[in-house]
Amino acid sequence: MNVVILGCGRSGATLAVQLSSRGHNVALVERNPESLRRLGRKYPCKIVIGDGLDEDVLIKAGIESADAFMAVTRGDNTNLMAAQIVQRKFKVPKVAVKVADPMRAEAYRKLGLFCINASALIAGMCRDWLTDEPFQPIDEYNTLVKELEDI
Amino acid sequence: MQLAKRLIARGHEVLLLEKDGRQAQRLSNVLGDEYVMHGDGCELHTQKAAGFNRADVVVAVTGEDEDNLVACQLAKETWQVERVLARVNDPSHEEVFREIGIDHTVSATGIIFNLLEQQLQGDDLVAVGALHRGKLEVVETMLSHRSKLVSKKVSEIGWPEGTYVFYLLRDGQGNPVEGQTELQAGDTVLALIPTERAEDLRAVLTSSH
Repeated sequence: MNVVILGCGRSGATLAVQLSSRGHNVALVERNPESLRRLGRKYPCKIVIGDGLDEDVLIKAGIESADAFMAVTRGDNTNLMAAQIVQRKFKVPKVAVKVADPMRAEAYRKLGLFCINASALIAGMCRDWLTDEPFQPIDEYNTLVKELEDI
Repeated sequence: MQLAKRLIARGHEVLLLEKDGRQAQRLSNVLGDEYVMHGDGCELHTQKAAGFNRADVVVAVTGEDEDNLVACQLAKETWQVERVLARVNDPSHEEVFREIGIDHTVSATGIIFNLLEQQLQGDDLVAVGALHRGKLEVVETMLSHRSKLVSKKVSEIGWPEGTYVFYLLRDGQGNPVEGQTELQAGDTVLALIPTERAEDLRAVLTSSH
């Protein structure tokens, strides 16, 4: 699969390494060259330094022939905007967005974006681990907790 | 802030949201506490506290396009605000704003670029405005010293069919154009043309070098 990853933070770097080692064709877009240290000494994939909201940068990363796009920077809004550019303009079939704010994640999930909320995943998994429950499918964790719903 | 000030002066109910605490404090000192709220305008609980659900208009004018996009999109989709206006800092982002339904955008870069383009380029055609649902266009061009239209009379030039050259700006003075008017370098000429003739007119202007 051709995959473009936006953001070389901990999630992005780990994902790039994992997908590359499984033989996928990965391109990683990152604004700050210093963040590339997370990839180790030998880069596992193609690197494009630049702004992920800039279409020319995305094209350089191969977005036009990408099968999937993962926006995993630490900026929720950057991820959400990049994902929508990629989905609407470049028609990439699989798009995932990391969104740290659970309510923003829920709002965009309603608009049809696949938003991953790390705190919901971690909280849910910790809960089940603590109470010796079996782990559940991702959608069970990746939703807004009822108690937070009432905004 | 200047925008908020003017809206307040016109008697509108205005609330200015600012993420940075010190900046928010400065703004409340100037505008008054009741007009400023400290908070992230992209967070739903801030939006709720700010009363997005009863806002007539939401305007997002930060320097970050992604923040303006998300604030306006949430305003529209979550709070059903009917009118949203976003500042777009990078003109290439206008398309995605339009695609997700944020129809009203302002782009300072775009405005300045258009002005610069009008100032810098000679002999190119600049669209000033469209009329009659885009069927007619008002265009202007500034004649460079290389233009072969210079020292010709307006009536001697082979304008495309339907072109109406009507006005001339010279040395800061505007005057209606007559057939006898002789064009000079530096003149800005205004014309009304059928939109499909724009390319023909451009050819008249540039092939005459």
